[in-house]
Amino acid sequence: MKGSLIILSFFATGLLLGVMRWLPPQLLSHNAGFYVLCALMFAVGVSIGHDPSSLRQFKNIQPRILLLPFLTILGTWLGVLVVSFFIKNRSLTDCLAVGSGFGYYSLSSILITQCKGIELGTIALLANVMREILTLTLAPWMVKYFGKLAPISAGGATTMDTTLPIITRYSGQNYAIVSVYHGIVVDFTVPFLVTMFCSL
Amino acid sequence: MLAGIAVGFLFRRWKIRFIHGLILTLIWLLLFLLGLEIGSNESVVSQFPRLGLQAFLLATGGTVGSVLAAWGLWLVANKKSANE
Repeated sequence: MKGSLIILSFFATGLLLGVMRWLPPQLLSHNAGFYVLCALMFAVGVSIGHDPSSLRQFKNIQPRILLLPFLTILGTWLGVLVVSFFIKNRSLTDCLAVGSGFGYYSLSSILITQCKGIELGTIALLANVMREILTLTLAPWMVKYFGKLAPISAGGATTMDTTLPIITRYSGQNYAIVSVYHGIVVDFTVPFLVTMFCSL
Repeated sequence: MLAGIAVGFLFRRWKIRFIHGLILTLIWLLLFLLGLEIGSNESVVSQFPRLGLQAFLLATGGTVGSVLAAWGLWLVANKKSANE
């Protein structure tokens, strides 16, 4: 929670400076965001390749539960499909690209801004931040009515870091491994699915 | 990213703790740049309420959809373990 507040404050500071025009607009014309994104993708790759032990934990999970990330993805798409009928002037693929951020707002909003423009990028940022906040706040209610897997699905790609403490608190410590596994798998799909829907 | 995985695997014996700090710093920098870009774009700023509403709809749709899917798996998993 503290981590996401820091991240949000960086975003808010940039937003404010942009509105106030305190910084020269030349800063944006050199595509700085794109190069930082490349560096970020490289760094994420290094951290995955560097720690094969996180990949080995997968063996300890029940086979049925292994399906959970894929149900999360399908469920999200169905939900977004229904909602997209109520949103005028946005194509279904635009909506699906936003939905495929699965709460990973930093990466998905940056990717979507690069290929679909800043308007959809803003929606992606807001929508995915909201998804994380919804999960953090509604987790106890989800466990009560929809079972212990529900907050894990709702958390999407964030279940291995930001929403993990909340999930273990309400679903139980036994679900920590499931949550981390789910987070890793969904996280991994985000760059691929978002760019796929952007290019459709 | 694939190049990063390869590099990370090759250098896995090294202690590269700084990589997580680096990732965090890069995310901060990116979000700051994103905020700057959104803030200096007047058409986006003026449409903020509309974009916010669309974002809320998409967030709710995605969350509800995935919760229902997880509920389905939860029911199936519990039924099977009750039979066993």
